[in-house]
Amino acid sequence: MAKHHVTTTINGDPVEFLCSTEQTLLDVLRDVLYLTGSKEGCASGDCGACSVTLDGRLVCACLVLGVEAQGRRIETIEGMAKGDVLHPLQQKFLEHAALQCGICTPGFLVAAKALLDRNPDPTETEVRYWLAGNLCRCTGYDKIVRAVLDAAADMRGS
Amino acid sequence: MNDPKPIGLTERQWKVVGTTPLRPDGVDKVTGRAQFGADMHLPNMLIGLVLRSPHAHARIKSIDTSKAQALPGVKAVITSADLCDLPSEFVPAGEMMVNYRDMTRNVMAREKALYEGHAVAAVAAINEAVAAQALTLIDVQYEVLPHVLDVDEAMKPDAPLLHDDMITIGVEPKPKPSNVAKRVEFALGDIAAGFAQADVIVEREFLTRPVHQGYIEPHACVASFSEDGHAELWCTTQGQFIVRSFCAKLLGMELSKLRVTPSEIGGGFGGKTVVYLEPLALALSRKACKPVKMVMSRTEVFRATGPTSGARMRVKIGATRAGRITAGEALLKYQAGAFQGSPVQPGCMCAFAPYDLENVKVVGLDIVCNRPKVAAYRAPGGPIAEFAVESVIDELAKQLKLDPVEFRLKNAAKEGTRAAYGPKFGPIGLVQTLEAARAHPHYRAPLKPNQGRGVASGFWFNVGGDTCATLNLSEDGTVSLVAGTPDIGGSRASLAMMASEELGIAYEKIRPMIGDTSALGFNFLTGGSRVTFSSGMAVVEAARDMVRQLRARAAKIWEVPVDEVTWEEGVARATVGGVPKSLTLADIAKTAGKTGGPIVGSAAINAQGAGPSLATHVVDVEVDVETGKVTVLRYTAIQDAGKAVHPAYVEGQMQGGAVQGIGWALNEEYIYDDKGRLENPGFLDYRVPVCSDVPMIDTVIVEVPNPRHPYGVRGVGETPIVPPMAAIANAVANAIGIRFTELPMSPPRVLEAIDAKQAAQSKAAA
Amino acid sequence: MDYRSPGTVKEAVDLLAASGGGAHILAGGTDLLVKLRTGFVAPKLVVDLKAIPQLRGISSDARGFRIGAATSCAEIGEHAALGAAWPGVVEALRLIGSTQIQGRATLGGNLCNASPAADSVPALIAAGAACEVAGPAGEREVPVERIVTGPGRTSLANGEFVLAFRLPKPPARSGDAYLRLIPRTEMDIAVVGVGVALALDQAGVCTQARVALGAVAPTQLLVADAAAALIGTRVDAKALAALAVAASAACKPIDDKRGTIAYRVKVAGVLARRAATIALERAQAKRG
Repeated sequence: MAKHHVTTTINGDPVEFLCSTEQTLLDVLRDVLYLTGSKEGCASGDCGACSVTLDGRLVCACLVLGVEAQGRRIETIEGMAKGDVLHPLQQKFLEHAALQCGICTPGFLVAAKALLDRNPDPTETEVRYWLAGNLCRCTGYDKIVRAVLDAAADMRGS
Repeated sequence: MNDPKPIGLTERQWKVVGTTPLRPDGVDKVTGRAQFGADMHLPNMLIGLVLRSPHAHARIKSIDTSKAQALPGVKAVITSADLCDLPSEFVPAGEMMVNYRDMTRNVMAREKALYEGHAVAAVAAINEAVAAQALTLIDVQYEVLPHVLDVDEAMKPDAPLLHDDMITIGVEPKPKPSNVAKRVEFALGDIAAGFAQADVIVEREFLTRPVHQGYIEPHACVASFSEDGHAELWCTTQGQFIVRSFCAKLLGMELSKLRVTPSEIGGGFGGKTVVYLEPLALALSRKACKPVKMVMSRTEVFRATGPTSGARMRVKIGATRAGRITAGEALLKYQAGAFQGSPVQPGCMCAFAPYDLENVKVVGLDIVCNRPKVAAYRAPGGPIAEFAVESVIDELAKQLKLDPVEFRLKNAAKEGTRAAYGPKFGPIGLVQTLEAARAHPHYRAPLKPNQGRGVASGFWFNVGGDTCATLNLSEDGTVSLVAGTPDIGGSRASLAMMASEELGIAYEKIRPMIGDTSALGFNFLTGGSRVTFSSGMAVVEAARDMVRQLRARAAKIWEVPVDEVTWEEGVARATVGGVPKSLTLADIAKTAGKTGGPIVGSAAINAQGAGPSLATHVVDVEVDVETGKVTVLRYTAIQDAGKAVHPAYVEGQMQGGAVQGIGWALNEEYIYDDKGRLENPGFLDYRVPVCSDVPMIDTVIVEVPNPRHPYGVRGVGETPIVPPMAAIANAVANAIGIRFTELPMSPPRVLEAIDAKQAAQSKAAA
Repeated sequence: MDYRSPGTVKEAVDLLAASGGGAHILAGGTDLLVKLRTGFVAPKLVVDLKAIPQLRGISSDARGFRIGAATSCAEIGEHAALGAAWPGVVEALRLIGSTQIQGRATLGGNLCNASPAADSVPALIAAGAACEVAGPAGEREVPVERIVTGPGRTSLANGEFVLAFRLPKPPARSGDAYLRLIPRTEMDIAVVGVGVALALDQAGVCTQARVALGAVAPTQLLVADAAAALIGTRVDAKALAALAVAASAACKPIDDKRGTIAYRVKVAGVLARRAATIALERAQAKRG
């Protein structure tokens, strides 16, 4: 079975790769393109560590086939900072100590950015429910939620 | 009232310690650049996969790997024959002991498969698809045996025996073989006399179920053997030196031939203090002479790596009407999983540790059963025992009509109290945490119907251990700090802060890194809440060593006796010929080559004096009495940190441990079918708390300095998971008048109890 | 395993027919990819329906709403008019999984995966939704409650697939609601799910009702007795109590890792009462 030749856009750059039907987008990102910022925590869409956006929609890369990326626009954690300027969410995560081991952090950042892109002024409850698909075992979520709310305020200019 | 002895630490003016700078590894972690276990790719790398037993208990009659070996693309196949069969020898792995004979069998089964998921063989192939296909070609002949999962079932005389030669240690005369590996006992005073003095006695039985550490990063490693027998291992681990020791032993190789580099670690909580894939990857790489990468799937993590024990317990406590506890007794039966070594001993030691008791007796049993071998989980053994004791304490307080905080204050362990397990405590902060709880607005906030508030305290010893650290001074006056304990929660920051404080230079001028096994002398692993304490102590000593050298260089430059040179805020000063002179650290660094050579501060210590950390938690819950669902409304965690070097990361430990405890209390458990196979090996049905399940976790840090650490530090990481289960059970009891002695308190169990109580009340009223 | 992404209904029908049963349909992929990974299914061909225009997007006409079967739940959830007309259906489909799952999951997948616990299905049944089905024999319309025949099984013939869901225009003074019980607050498969849709007359008396239960039987249940407990009443406490009894009585659940029989039976009644109360409030809030 010949591999699929896929052309897509990742973090604004044109990218081509070969993949088998079985390979998920996460497999491709990590093992073919060496973009290891997206993590595998469960391979079943239950932990959110592989969160990316696909045509602007927040998804789990482990639940998208590599071949489904054809012609689509993908954004990963690697595209969040602009040059050496961190996104406000990244900066706030650091300031609020919203990470301990850091494995879930890329997923949370991508997910939180997707939230703020849609809803610039979420309540604490809205933040918690939006991020319910991202598991963290280290922080108990407190500082993550504070960082997101603080970044939102920052980005609103408040 | 326990006044901490004045030891100077409380008067010290801190410049850096106690602030909250950004962690030095932070940018890499928020950009996805940081490399975790599975992020490593090497040229020519093979992929390794493990064949696992589908049976909970089976004799392995034969393994035929010939078809797998013959499959094109397969480069190596291993079974237990490729690892050393080691004799029985106990060695420390974090806060638990492991046995080499058991370890060699746990990483790959020999005579028997002892749990569903037990590794039986492994392959390395050019890609994952070929490796997966190769596994299907390995023919294993099993003789399926009856299995046992529960401790009481495992103790029955007709229970299936996991190990034919298991004779209970600690029982005389020696009994015949059973599933009980060990009996331990800790006692003080005379409990019969103690209970005789009691006006009120409460005795209860408890059941807790196994829970997994739940780290988001599965185990992962890359092993690379050279043709000359040297090997490199990259792995996610809490202890690269421990991994080196274990793997070298299992592979029969010299320690110096194996270099282990710890990756960034995506959570461990004790679960990554042992080896699973690492010896297999090394054995495969040795056979194939190519690098081999092995990564566990989530289902493998649940099926085949150590959860902590489930347990059955009985706790009995007596007290006088005035509120003084006169006796405490406990029987703790802990599951070890497939091999001996549950944390029942630390569980026994912790059970009554928060209290000043004259009469205590705790007996513990370590019982094997057909589940994965347990591994350490954050204060191993403590949360289970203290759940039971803190629940009974709460019931006693109710019967005595005493506020639960007041009752604990009347009996709190203090400096000088003798613990049931032997030592006398130095200064500890339990009283301070209780008083802070009593004074906190949370404690007085009003509650609505079906809401309840619970309090529980908790204790954990914390450990020290072998630790090395090196500070290398660069020509430009910046310092490279090499530590040997993987950074699991932000410790690079606190180590750099302590070096900065001691050297008197800016935090930003210190670059911390975690060395591999060739970079430093032996370091015990990250665990036991020991890194800020032990690596911190080593860093401070290394910094003081460097300061001595800096002063000596200045003395040489100025030609004065070194005693006349002071070091303050990064500057050497002396009066030379009546003139005050000064040299900054950067000045001295620039000319180091001319004044004697490189300046390196180092320390190699066995850190002693780790002080226990005590905590008190307060939680409010609401129970939906029609569905049994328990919601955590408000949570306050109060803990003694000794000295909080980086308060935000101390808070983080308190919050993370509390939420793990919430999961343990409400929803986490292993569910097995009648064949002993795990039904919920994934995050869908193994239910850890999600973001919307919990409120903000408020924290209060109390500081009773630990006099044995140069900065007063106590480990804080483990204690936070100790109080939550009892705090929540106590809150539920206050909300709906039902005492739960079984965990987890999931909705079906809660509703069943509510309905049973209503039925009993209707019956009584009728 | 091969992958194809047909651009027309005919192409898809032909591909499925040619595969002789060896193909699996891919919509959102949130169920299929998990099954592929565990080896639960091992098809020779994956047929991705997302490039077919008839399966994407939401439109409305005189009949009501038409939702493409491969439209993501996230997109459906953003449709204001649909949310106003059928809040119960929308809140149900918005409960599937996490935000990430919502970005991909579809109604077609949620229905045809045929899990007894699927969240969107009880609400669709209560709303009286129907499926447009395409296949080798042409197109037909089927009420949603006739699609699932057992866990993992549907009444669809070989080579058939769902094109779209049709929701009627909601009657005047009607309301619908969906509630489920899960142990946490998000992410879990429903232990019990209840969808209620009802309509009131000018006097506030219930004239129509549909009550559907999920996760308490091998298929979703449309419970006539439960509806009968509401019809002709003002949906007062007495009617709600009768509703709860009827809902509980209809359950045929199992003990599994998510809940016990006793628990499901009890909670079905509780949720039926609560969902009907919300549906009533929504109906009363509508004028006209």
